Amino acid sequence: MSTLTLSFLGSIALAGLLVQTAGADMLSKLGPGEGQLNIVAWPGYLERGETDPKFDWVSGFEKDTGCMVQVKTANTSDEMVALMNEGGFDLVTASGDASLRLVAGGRVQEVNTALVPSWKHVDERLKSAPWHTVDGRHYGVPYMWGPNVLMFNTEVFKEAPTSWNVVFEEMQLPDGKSNVGRVQAYDGPIHVADAANYLMFHQPELGIQSPYELNQEQYEAALNLLRGQRKLVSRYWHDAFIQMDDFTNEGVVASGSWPFQVNILKSGGAPIASVIPQEGATGWADTTMMHVDSENPNCAYLWMEHTLSSNLMSDLSVWFGANPAVPAACTDGRGMQTAEGCTANGMDDFERIRFWTTPVSKCASQNDQCVPYYRWVSDYIGVIGGR
Amino acid sequence: MSSSLQSLNRSATGATGPLAALSDALWRRPGLFVFLLLVLPVLWLGIVYLGSLFALLIQSFFSIDEFSGMIRHEFTWKTYRELLNPINLDIIGRTVLMATAVTIASAIVAFPIAYYAARYAQGRWKAFFYLAIMLPLWSSYLVKVYAWKLILAKEGILNWLFTSLHLNGLLEMLLAIPVIGGNSLSVSYIGTFLVFLYVWLPFMVLPMQAAIERVPQNYLEASADLGGNPWQTFRHVLLPLALPGIIAGSIFTFSLTLGDYIIPQIIGSSRLFIGQAVYSHQGTAGNIPLAAALTVVPVVIMAVYLWVAKRKGAFDAL
Repeated sequence: MSTLTLSFLGSIALAGLLVQTAGADMLSKLGPGEGQLNIVAWPGYLERGETDPKFDWVSGFEKDTGCMVQVKTANTSDEMVALMNEGGFDLVTASGDASLRLVAGGRVQEVNTALVPSWKHVDERLKSAPWHTVDGRHYGVPYMWGPNVLMFNTEVFKEAPTSWNVVFEEMQLPDGKSNVGRVQAYDGPIHVADAANYLMFHQPELGIQSPYELNQEQYEAALNLLRGQRKLVSRYWHDAFIQMDDFTNEGVVASGSWPFQVNILKSGGAPIASVIPQEGATGWADTTMMHVDSENPNCAYLWMEHTLSSNLMSDLSVWFGANPAVPAACTDGRGMQTAEGCTANGMDDFERIRFWTTPVSKCASQNDQCVPYYRWVSDYIGVIGGR
Repeated sequence: MSSSLQSLNRSATGATGPLAALSDALWRRPGLFVFLLLVLPVLWLGIVYLGSLFALLIQSFFSIDEFSGMIRHEFTWKTYRELLNPINLDIIGRTVLMATAVTIASAIVAFPIAYYAARYAQGRWKAFFYLAIMLPLWSSYLVKVYAWKLILAKEGILNWLFTSLHLNGLLEMLLAIPVIGGNSLSVSYIGTFLVFLYVWLPFMVLPMQAAIERVPQNYLEASADLGGNPWQTFRHVLLPLALPGIIAGSIFTFSLTLGDYIIPQIIGSSRLFIGQAVYSHQGTAGNIPLAAALTVVPVVIMAVYLWVAKRKGAFDAL
């Protein structure tokens, strides 16, 4: 896509914007690229063929636009927020627990979707997702999303488990042995949401509307479920590679997990598969957001367009075991991803996934009486400690 | 030094200029010279090191608002009261117990090694001993911990060895012990303990060896001459004289175990240690006051520990 076409499209958009009177600060017209671009991203999100020559979605962009990409990787959402607060970056691949904090803190700017021609190809389900759209304004372009699936050993489960109960309740597994010591759970406090999601299905009388918005009573019920789970779990997982090792060497046969681990284990020939059981699942969704003081706005817009139009979405979804924000990336052969691959990563299960948001006390569904995240942290520590 | 001499020459010959004046001033006032030499290190120690500690201490006297999750910047003991709730006491107790167990065990394991290295190993063997003790410190800490995870796993080498020797009944008995046992070695406190012991052992052996080397051989011979049996010699001569070295080593093993948050995350039953709790309270949770208060705990424990160690003369053996 040449700069000329972009600026042409941009001027059409400008005409539209004058009528809309959208955000005052956002860019209304693209100029030439500034020659560089600084991005804060999750590890593995921006590959330039150095890890594996097959996976490269950065060098092509640099060649076409002249914008040299500098990547700063961050390992947690908090690091991302901290880096963005510090400044000096143009873009960030923010997850649902960071994106609204960035918007509320005024660290990111509204994105003029008219300057991103491929915006029209973005998954309709993501276009106005609440984790980047505030008051009808888009604060970013959707990047990748994925479910937290139930991973299981196919030698023990000849048929895929239909419910999360295999990791929440003591039971006999299909091989006739108990599940005690053979299942795992995530060690992050956000796992409380998985318990709440399970209760939402099995105990509707609790009135849980969202697993991230729990009042005291609902929260206690979720903690009780987790206390029962503690008796089944020998070790909680934290690191994806340790979990894979636990499935191969530690006799673990079922656990909540990411498609990332499932794909790697499968490709190594392990008897592993995954499923989203009847209760649905929790998940994550990332958004490319633009710093409010971005020094390279033109390159930033060019990059946002690049994420949606190039091989990036397709190859990254193979690389990361995630789903592209542009559905066509699964099928049109722009990269290595195929329709089957997307289905395996959970592409068709969007409606059944409840995306990660930070629990706050002011919540719509429970009259602003929700238990905030810091209590999830201290109480989940207690649960793991056997309290 | 030579510049001072030059300045002396110059002042003798009546040299002038700002540099010469400075040089003269430093020469006449040694106190100023020392002050200028020390100002940078002291600033570093004061601002970067103590400053961050005090910032931490201050944070721990703030509290988090129950409702909004925002930090209230007012003095309160609330966070310390929260520190005393059963969940946090569990974490502190667990960490201190582990650190104590690791320290005692490494003292027991390290003593014969240090004794042999100090008393019997000669020439090439001595070099070999040094190398063997130091070698684990040359490879990455993470690599060692991951390797131990594979050794201790349910389907790992150790389990295989026990099974081949038809001793797996023994292992199962060990793992059946409540609390410290578990589903396999790598998910039990026993596993965490073994890895801590392995990783910190060199820090115990080296100061201990230094202390034992300093015990004069003729003291031991005199003890034997006076009819002391080997045990009595050990108990009443060697051990008291080597004690400062043991305490010096224990400072390392104890404080390192107290602060570690990686080993218990990779090996063990996922029950949190102090370091891990600090890590999870800061971050998205934003409960910096509680994280700070938890950090103060090991600081206080180590302060007491060091005070006792100093009284026992442990710092002479470092």
